[in-house]
Amino acid sequence: MDAPIAALAGAIREAAQARRPLRLRGGGTKDFYGGEPVGEPLDTRVCSGITSYEPSELVVTARCGTPLAELESALAASGQMLAFEPPHFGRAATLGGCIAAGLSGPRRAAAGSVRDFVLGARLIDGRGRVLAFGGQVMKNVAGYDVSRLVAGSLGTLGLIVEVSLKVLPKPPAERTLRLELPEDRVIEQMNRWSGLPLSITATAWHLGTLALRLSGAPSALDAAARHIGGERLEESEANAFWQELREQRTPFFAGDEPLWRLSLPPSTGPLGLPGAQMIEWNGALRWLKTNAQAHELRSAAGRAGGHATRFRSPERSSGVFADLPPALSRLHRELKAVFDPAGILNRGRLYAEF
Amino acid sequence: MGEALSLTQVNVERQRAVVAALRGFLPQESVLWREEETRPYECDGLTAYRHVPMVVALPDTEEQVRRVLKTCHGMGVPVVPRGAGTGLSGGALPLGDGVLLSMAKFMRILRVDPLACIAVVQPGVRNAAISDAAVRFGLYYAPDPSSQIACSIGGNVAENSGGVHCLKYGLTVHNVLGVRGYTIDGEPITFGSEALDSPGYDLLALVIGSEGMLAVTTEITVKLLPKPRCAQVIMASFDDVEKAGDAVAAVLAAGIVPAGLEMMDKPATRAVEEFVHAGYDLDAVAILLCESDGSPEEVADEIARMKAVLEAGGATRMSVSRDEDERLRFWSGRKAAFGAMGRISPDYYCMDGTIPRKRLGEVLTFIAQMEKKYGLRCPNVFHAGDGNLHPLILFDANDPDQLTRTEQFAAEVLEKCIEVGGTITGEHGVGVEKIDQMCAQFGRDELEVFHGIKRAFDPQGLLNPGKAVPTLVRCAEFGRMHVRGGQLRHPELPRF
Repeated sequence: MDAPIAALAGAIREAAQARRPLRLRGGGTKDFYGGEPVGEPLDTRVCSGITSYEPSELVVTARCGTPLAELESALAASGQMLAFEPPHFGRAATLGGCIAAGLSGPRRAAAGSVRDFVLGARLIDGRGRVLAFGGQVMKNVAGYDVSRLVAGSLGTLGLIVEVSLKVLPKPPAERTLRLELPEDRVIEQMNRWSGLPLSITATAWHLGTLALRLSGAPSALDAAARHIGGERLEESEANAFWQELREQRTPFFAGDEPLWRLSLPPSTGPLGLPGAQMIEWNGALRWLKTNAQAHELRSAAGRAGGHATRFRSPERSSGVFADLPPALSRLHRELKAVFDPAGILNRGRLYAEF
Repeated sequence: MGEALSLTQVNVERQRAVVAALRGFLPQESVLWREEETRPYECDGLTAYRHVPMVVALPDTEEQVRRVLKTCHGMGVPVVPRGAGTGLSGGALPLGDGVLLSMAKFMRILRVDPLACIAVVQPGVRNAAISDAAVRFGLYYAPDPSSQIACSIGGNVAENSGGVHCLKYGLTVHNVLGVRGYTIDGEPITFGSEALDSPGYDLLALVIGSEGMLAVTTEITVKLLPKPRCAQVIMASFDDVEKAGDAVAAVLAAGIVPAGLEMMDKPATRAVEEFVHAGYDLDAVAILLCESDGSPEEVADEIARMKAVLEAGGATRMSVSRDEDERLRFWSGRKAAFGAMGRISPDYYCMDGTIPRKRLGEVLTFIAQMEKKYGLRCPNVFHAGDGNLHPLILFDANDPDQLTRTEQFAAEVLEKCIEVGGTITGEHGVGVEKIDQMCAQFGRDELEVFHGIKRAFDPQGLLNPGKAVPTLVRCAEFGRMHVRGGQLRHPELPRF
């Protein structure tokens, strides 16, 4: 084991013995997300760098502190990408934070989520043990899939020191179309299109305007664009739009009003909730800027078969994520105890009870 | 190995008590206990391991499943869930003191929603039946294990099955949105939903591929994809296996993700050609099948690019399928590879290691050495795109010495896969078959975590016990047999 990993493992072991809570932190760009961070900060950036990358294997392995921007430029140099288009939310964003937060961007509905691309992880658990799960190969069913379990666990199960990800070639061409459509029609239309082989890789609707991105061979894009219609955006304008959307820097996301994230079955009709709305992922993701009561939003999302997250809000003490049914809640507590028996890692970041 | 096991005496008193308890709510014909009725369940697709179950339960409602589990849990009886019984690692091998819970009656497709592009199905539905039901909407279910006409979706969930198109379209875990079922105590539980994510830990990812050890599945929501308008396949010959491997890497490095990318070596090609007459090149040392799918324009474009890359990589012959019939014919040999082996050998043993593709040449050379060492033939078929290797050791199970040699051969190959940075199983699962190799793949701490996860779901260890994750004691024993480089894998454990 090399020095940075040994040092992090040692720090966790000591904290566990003293039952001293730790707050695992990379660049701090996602401090806003989840429950209020508590505990002594443990900087994960001491462990950084790309460990191995061979474009022809479609796999990259890198350490937690690797800046996400650095990783993405290394991939871009070989014409490849992280297909789940993770939001950075700041230049300091690290790979570890990206995996722990489990957030995916505009391409998610077409390409898959963070966990879909995780192939393996090295983890320091709450006892300071360095564990390895999964590997650097595309198919691996040996043992329970712990490396996918830790994606999105907000550092509550362990410190992800190294992760192997499947990467994909960038599409040969992309094109963005803009159409005017009201909310009640746009949801059905996006769902209809997603059932056709049109290579739609992102959708975003706000205030009656739908932006839609196609990716693939130029010849295929011509045919799809003819089918869909609308106005074609200039390439630079289009790239800037998706980038700003991914980083939540479009005007919709500005301001201090609480931002809610509703994850729903994509064909769910308009929910009629108060506030401004941005729809992505063919209707499966709906952002709401609203001062509506949490229970109103959570019950509307729940009735539709989804869930609501208080994504960005000055107030987060009353719970960020939707409550779990008792059977799942019990499993969460017991799994937490397996990985972190002293309960020191990112306490309360996911749910208040652990 | 199997024969001795099946002779285990059934505890008749215990059997009677379990049968009586299950008959309290299951109809008579849904509880089997006479040997002539339970014998057909003695093994799954891995026939080398056999064990007659104490009782077979065949519920056909969720409520009955719940009560079977609650009853067994209450009586401390282990339960082994089973789908279509096509698994290749003995994941559904019954226990002589346990109940085999067959999900065969859960055969209904409950809903196909063409707008949301999902299907809600019961676990006993055959993999291929889902696509059959979706085809009228222009949709299909992507993962296509070679056994797809027979294997059930419940088994696919248990094993996280792949197929020949998973480099582009993913494995079961990438194509299942939700699973409903019960934990061993009969508690109903749902993982995932029709939304794209759920709050909290991703337990859906944990349950998929858990080999029926964490929960029993009663309903599955799968994602359907739009069926590509057309597909074409290139069949390319190579005079050297490493050249073929390098050509695969070159295709991927060129920014192409083929819909399918398969390799067969010469012995495999010869065996299948005799069987299906697919038109394979019998002189080639290796053949590659590279498929492209999408719109006609896209496919024409991608086929041209792939041909150029393969040609530059030294392909000695290439043909492109001219129509759908020919495409299916090119694939027929690959899909029938296992069946063809059954024709040229009394038995075959299929391995499932996955390796980083760049180590292919080294691993195939190693396998050739093992053929000489053990005096057994071993043709290779290979999911080249994702590094998943299926060497097929040909042997005669009636010769105990051949069987022993086969097992040793396989163990050495799997350990080679670990050594080059791969894994012992890519898609078939650990089951009972590869449980000792788990000790080489994982250390003590990881195995402890696996046992901890198991206890979180099933504190008494009653659901499919003894599969997938070896006990530390078992690894200690195994470690003694397999000391490599003077290093014991679990030096801290007591030895026998």
